[in-house]
Formats: sequence, structure tokens, C-alpha cells
Amino acid sequence: MRPPLRQTFLTPLIHENPVTLQILGICSALAVTTSLDTALTMSVSLTVVLVLSAAAISLIRQHIPVSIRLIVQILIVASLVIVIDQVLQAYLFDISQRLSVFVSLITTNCLVLGRTESFARSNPVLPSVVDAAGNGFGYSLILVVIGSIREIFGKGSLMGWPVLPTVETGGWYTPLNLMLLAPSAFFLLGLAVWAIRTILPEQAEPLSHQPPDHPEAAE
Amino acid sequence: MSDLFALFLRSMFVENMPLSFFLGLCTFLALSRRVETALGLGVAVTFVMGLTVPLNRLVYDLLLAPGAWGWAGYPAIDLSYLALLAFIGVIAATVQLLEILLQRFVPTIHAAFGSFLPLLTVQCAILAGSLFMVERRYDLAESTVFGLGAGAGFALAVVLLAAIRTRLAYADLPAGLRGLGVAFLLTGMLALGFSAFAQMGAS
Repeated sequence: MRPPLRQTFLTPLIHENPVTLQILGICSALAVTTSLDTALTMSVSLTVVLVLSAAAISLIRQHIPVSIRLIVQILIVASLVIVIDQVLQAYLFDISQRLSVFVSLITTNCLVLGRTESFARSNPVLPSVVDAAGNGFGYSLILVVIGSIREIFGKGSLMGWPVLPTVETGGWYTPLNLMLLAPSAFFLLGLAVWAIRTILPEQAEPLSHQPPDHPEAAE
Repeated sequence: MSDLFALFLRSMFVENMPLSFFLGLCTFLALSRRVETALGLGVAVTFVMGLTVPLNRLVYDLLLAPGAWGWAGYPAIDLSYLALLAFIGVIAATVQLLEILLQRFVPTIHAAFGSFLPLLTVQCAILAGSLFMVERRYDLAESTVFGLGAGAGFALAVVLLAAIRTRLAYADLPAGLRGLGVAFLLTGMLALGFSAFAQMGAS
């Protein structure tokens, strides 16, 4: 029994979000979120690669020998990434320079390989594409949220448009430089995980150690 | 010589892969629950990076760089867009070969960190090491040092995080923050600490 398509698409958005629950694809999620436009470019690129590779691998799933399936999958993903990279360099050269190696790193993004390995390899084309799209959008959601927060508070702008008037331009807002540095991305993602797990308590991880009983407290 | 040493220190501390470039975070977070596993992973990453970065340098210079086929009479060929495919192939092959060799000749080492080797094929820090090496135009010696340094930096960071997380197992955290949530916050603090090294490098 396969769950209906709608559910395949919707669960990865929040409930089984690839970034906050499955710990997949975090590397790029954090590196490209200093501003919203790079975050959006990265989200679109990843979703395209994910959907196309899921479709391709699902199409030939009957013909891939199990022993070399990882190599086959990586080669398909890498070829798609090269195409995306060339397209970005041709039409969005500016952004592709700022993304530097992170577009190429979609190849080793565990999200792509995780979905093709765990879903597309054993399901027909349509559900695989829907599943890939759902995971792509779940990933994009986190990227866009973190990218917006970092750009608004770090530069006082959104997509280059001023939102909070900064001191330099005669306004009142002093940009928070910490937001543009690496640590803030970790903090924001940590807080996002905390928020999601507070709203959905079933995602919380169990205690790894049972606290010992305190007999003196009982006395 | 001192240049190479400076490069080693820079790639280990200032340009720490997980903490300032967010690379290799998936394994970084997933395998940092215990110090022993973290140490095994760190050693494996250092080893593989120290091997694959210079190997990829050779592959790039001899086969892919613009003009690399000049000796065969095709100076106009530029295969650099294939770098990604070639690098991932080299990494996958190295990892596989290493696993077979270790299993055959040094089974004790294989038992200690062999189980992490297959994971490293899709470790973004390792692929990124090769990509950075091309982007920054390191020569062969520099890329060896860079690979080793970046791997050592990864090992240092993952062992540090694992040590803190084992202590935190006894802490009374809010339910939503346990595990992944607090790991992110800790990584953020470690990253703050490591950003001090960048200041030292500047002065």
C-alpha cells in the first residue's frame, strides 16, 4: 500500500522535513543563506536536480544492478548538476559566483542521494517525482526562512530592497554583523528545530540516559 | 616550508570545513554522539582527504585543465567542466580501494574506522576539498598539505562536538531541544570560537 500522492507531497514539508528531521542536506542549507536571492537560487537548483534525478533513476530502476547502484546514482546526479551549473553560469553569472562551489556540491548533498536511494529506487516514476518535489520544497522552505531572517537582520534588506533603514543610509537600524557569519546559521537552524519539535512533540528525541533515582530527594 | 605550515594551520583552524564552510555537516552531526566513533570518522576523513586532493590535482592537471591535451596535438580541448564527474569518480574509487586494501592488510585499522569509509564517498567536505583546490590553484605540495589540514580540522571539530555531547547526555534539556537541536546550538558556539582564529590569522 502506497500512501496517496497528496500525502507523499505534503509530509516532507513540515512533518518529515528533510533538513530538520532527517538531517539531510544541511551543508548547503546553511552556507548559502546569507541572503534571500542565493537561498532561492540554491533551492530551485536543488529541487530541479532532485526531481530530475528521481525521475531518471525511477525510470531505470529495474535495470540498475544492485551492487553498483550508488555509482550509477552519483553519476546521474553529477551529470545533472553539471548541467545546472553551466546554466547558472550562463544566465545568472553573478549569483553563481557567489554560490561558488556549493552548486557543484549538490552532487554530494545527502538529500538527493538519500531520496533516490530510499524512495526513487523502489517506486514508479510518478510517486518518485512527487516525493522528490515535496522534499525539495521542504528543503526550500527552511532555506527561504533562514535566508530571509539572515538578510533582514544582517543587512536590513530583502532581495536587495531596504526593509529596515540602516544607519549608513540615515535610518535607525544598525545591521547585525553576526547574522552574516557562520555561527548565526547554526543558531537559527537549532532554534527552528526546537520550535518545530515543540509544536510536534512526537519528533523529540528520547533521553539517551535515564536520570538515576535520587533516594535522598525522596526522603 | 613555512608557507606550507601556515597553509596547514589555516586549513585546519581558520577555514575549518564544518565550522566555517558548513561542509560535511551530515556526518558531522550524525556521528558525533560518541567520542570513539567521532575519532574514527575524523581519522578516516583526514586520510581520504590527504589522498584524494593531491590525486585530483594530478587528474585535473594531466587530463582536464585547458590545454592539458596539448602533447597529443589537441591544445584547444578544455575538459574542465567534467571536473565534478572526474573528482567524484576518483573519490569513490579511492575510498573503495582503500577499504579493500585495509581489509586485506591491516584488519585492525579496518575494524576501527573501516565502517565509515563507504560514507565518505558522499561526504561534501571531501569533494569540496578538491573543488577548493582547483578554485584556489594550489600546486601538488600545497594540495597535499591542504587536504591533510582540512581533514585534521574536521577531526578536531567532530571530536570536540562529540565530547561536549556526551557530557550533555546527563543535562536536563527541554524535550524539543534534545539531540539535534542542541547539537546545532553547540556547533554554532564552536563556530564562534573558531572565528577567533580568523582574527588571529589577520593580525
